[in-house]
Amino acid sequence: MPSLLFCGPKMAACGIVISIWGVIMLAMLGIFFSAKSAVLIEDVPFTEEDIRGDQNPPGNIYGLYNQVGINCFIAAGIYVAVGAVSLCQVRLNKRQEYMVT
Amino acid sequence: MSSLLRGEEMCLAQLFLQSGSAYDCISELGELGLVEFRDLNPSVTAFQRKHVNEIKKCEEMERILGYLLREVKKADISLPERDVNPVAPLPKHVMAIMEQLQRLEVELGEVTRNKEKLQRNLLELTEYTHMLRITRKFVQRTAEREPLQVQYEEFPFLEKETMMDYSSMQRLGAKLGFISGLIQRVKIEAFERMLWRVCKGYTILSYAEVEEYLENPDTGEPTKCVVFLISYWGDQIGQKVKKICDCYHCHVYPYPSSNEERNDVVEGLRTRIQDLHTVLNRTEDYLRQVLIKASESVYTWVIQVKKMKAIYYILNLCSFDVTNKCLIAEVWCPVNDIPTLRRALEEGSRKSGATVPSFVNRIPTSDTPPTLIKTNKFTSGFQNIVDAYGVGSYREVNPAPFTIITFPFLFAVMFGDLGHGVIMAVFAAWMVLCENNRKLKNTRNEIWNTFFEGRYIILMMGLFSIYTGLIYNDCFSKSLNIFGSGWSVKAMGWTKEQWENNRFLTLDPNVTGVFKGPYPLGIDPIWNLASNRLTFLNSYKMKMSVILGIIHMSFGVILSTYNYLHFRKKYNLYLVFLPELLFLLCLFGYLVFMILYKWLAFSAKDSRHAPSILIHFINMFLMQGDGLQPLYPGQTGLQIFLVVIAVLSVPVLLLGKPVYLYWLHNGSHRLGLYRGYERVRRNSEEELYLMRAHDMEEGSSHSDLSSSGENPTEEFDFADELLHQAIHTIEYCLGCVSNTASYLRLWALSLAHAQLSEVLWAMVMRVGLRMDSTLGVLFLVPVFGLFAVLTVSILLVMEGLSAFLHALRLHWVEFQNKFYGGTGVKFCPFAFSLLPSSFEHDGLL
Repeated sequence: MPSLLFCGPKMAACGIVISIWGVIMLAMLGIFFSAKSAVLIEDVPFTEEDIRGDQNPPGNIYGLYNQVGINCFIAAGIYVAVGAVSLCQVRLNKRQEYMVT
Repeated sequence: MSSLLRGEEMCLAQLFLQSGSAYDCISELGELGLVEFRDLNPSVTAFQRKHVNEIKKCEEMERILGYLLREVKKADISLPERDVNPVAPLPKHVMAIMEQLQRLEVELGEVTRNKEKLQRNLLELTEYTHMLRITRKFVQRTAEREPLQVQYEEFPFLEKETMMDYSSMQRLGAKLGFISGLIQRVKIEAFERMLWRVCKGYTILSYAEVEEYLENPDTGEPTKCVVFLISYWGDQIGQKVKKICDCYHCHVYPYPSSNEERNDVVEGLRTRIQDLHTVLNRTEDYLRQVLIKASESVYTWVIQVKKMKAIYYILNLCSFDVTNKCLIAEVWCPVNDIPTLRRALEEGSRKSGATVPSFVNRIPTSDTPPTLIKTNKFTSGFQNIVDAYGVGSYREVNPAPFTIITFPFLFAVMFGDLGHGVIMAVFAAWMVLCENNRKLKNTRNEIWNTFFEGRYIILMMGLFSIYTGLIYNDCFSKSLNIFGSGWSVKAMGWTKEQWENNRFLTLDPNVTGVFKGPYPLGIDPIWNLASNRLTFLNSYKMKMSVILGIIHMSFGVILSTYNYLHFRKKYNLYLVFLPELLFLLCLFGYLVFMILYKWLAFSAKDSRHAPSILIHFINMFLMQGDGLQPLYPGQTGLQIFLVVIAVLSVPVLLLGKPVYLYWLHNGSHRLGLYRGYERVRRNSEEELYLMRAHDMEEGSSHSDLSSSGENPTEEFDFADELLHQAIHTIEYCLGCVSNTASYLRLWALSLAHAQLSEVLWAMVMRVGLRMDSTLGVLFLVPVFGLFAVLTVSILLVMEGLSAFLHALRLHWVEFQNKFYGGTGVKFCPFAFSLLPSSFEHDGLL
């Protein structure tokens, strides 16, 4: 079985740091999008049609907000996986270092 | 605890060391790191000093240790990590160490030489084997051509003969010879050409490459070699061929004449190679054992030799007294540490078993002592950045304790982002928590060491940035709505047509219900959505920068009073400090007052006719502006008064001090009684000396006291003083204006940071968030990774360094030139822990 180790210790540490940051930040972004924060309006992919042709006034926009929020949560979940992989790499690196010396 | 504010009080002391216990006493002092030794033999060269032989011995030992360390490093043996701190060995133990080291060196040298010889041998045998194997292939190749050969009667060839050429040439009566060997591949073509030119076809060369890399014995690198076989006839050709082979550094081996001989030789070689391998392995094992044993104690020896050498250097700085029985050393020592110094000397005397103890004697001096400021791991970072500009003069006010707060604050004003501040603080907190981890402390990476040394500074900067991020309400360029915005859009009451037909709509705070009150902490989050956000923020940040700048500079001017009071130059208070402060406050302090007044007195209702502060300020100087509506009643009168005071303070600043000093020196018959006493009692020079020293200790500088005719160098030069003061005045007055403008960089950098942050979000993160396809989720993951990397590299590292640099410049130039001298010498105590090791420098340890 080929070695599961594919990145060095520094790359794995970077992976862990970015994953932790990604999980926290994307989770918070997801919460803020679900809370329909006005400051994030520019990040929601709405068009003129959504505003003018809306039956229930902010209904479409709210739907879009929720969608982006869910996207953020899913991305946070993917980062949890990336973080787990990086953690494995760190452990494997430590074990290899221990075995060589 | 006045040490951090002002620096320790230092004194010059004389140590009287008995010759027998001098070594031990200095060893004790080196462990403590209390004092700085002065060189009492400055005119003596290094080779004429007393202990030069011992130092040579130490250097010899260091040479052997360097050789040992290099061998250990080559063999990839790791040195045991330990925290040992052995004391310097006594002179009687030095011989034992020296002996051990020399023995080790000889042994290592022998074993290494043997190993090299064996390896060379092995290489030769391996090459021979290759050669035999490959030339067999040549033979087999030519042997294949045998059946095609036409049989001539005159030349019946023997069945068993392998070389057809051999037999035919033999019949011809010429002697056929063979030379075989190995040559480096890069040389083979030149070799072939040379052979052809010289021997003109009387030789036949066949060659083939060896598949594996063989080690070149000279350089130790693996090189490709080629086996060649030259067949020639004629003796003279043979000699020429031999000479050419020598020229090209070929390794020539005897060519076997028959197959049986070839097989025998191959067998013999095989056994010999096997034997050699065994012997080599044993030798390497032995070498490794020797090195491992040496590596256990090499670290201790390195430290011991380093300490010994340092002690002998210090002993060379001392001088003998008249009786030649005891050694005198002059040291700079902090006054508070003299008891510790005494105890250390007693300890040293006790250890060496001397009957007469060594003692210390404090002597008065007129030299300026070096500056010592005791710091701990937190304050040392800030003290370093102050010292980088200039070490403080002796007993001058030290800006470092104030820098602990003002520097991170000014950095944070320029950096001002909550999210970035959090990341910076977390990074610094990790460094602080892991500060005892040896691996982090001892890396050789310069950039990492710089960051690590400043970990407390970075932590403070991060925490303050979190605070200013909350005030600016900026977190990764988005505002946080914690308390609920103070603006209400609904209260404006716009109709549907207005909504649909207008691109921009203005929220008017004068309409009831629109502005419900200021946001409790920081800037209202609604500004993040406003198109005139920058107009508002620019005005706010510029005024804030000016206010902060004036406060910082006034604080600097006020700090100068500490110096004047400490050095007993009270006249400076009235003649320098007061005009400076009045000039600064009357002009720029008034500007700050106007800014604050306008903020408080004018509200949204008056916004249409609120006066412009800039116009009023300019008119203040031009003494115009009756047509303008005043800010407050009585403004013109007050302004004229302030301008007059400021203008009057300039000549006071310019002429006050020189004139006063001139009057002081030339009206000396009016001086007080104390000086009169000194004049009468100046019979004993020592008393005068001691009296001056007494003044020195009390902190008064005696350079401006009346010289009482003793010292002609204390003459007061009016022209010099006047020029000095003129330069100071011009520098100060022009500096006030330019430095105030310089503080506007606080606004400029915070604007740049905010804009960069916004651009990064808009161009990177927004692209990922706006993806509304199902693949959009997967796209967001790498986009966030890119956002993170760019945030760290551009916004944290680049902007962070930039803001650090500008905050540092504001401290060094605008703040410190109001009071700081910075012309002192740093106190470098004699301490073993501070001595650098040349091995660490070479990366051996």
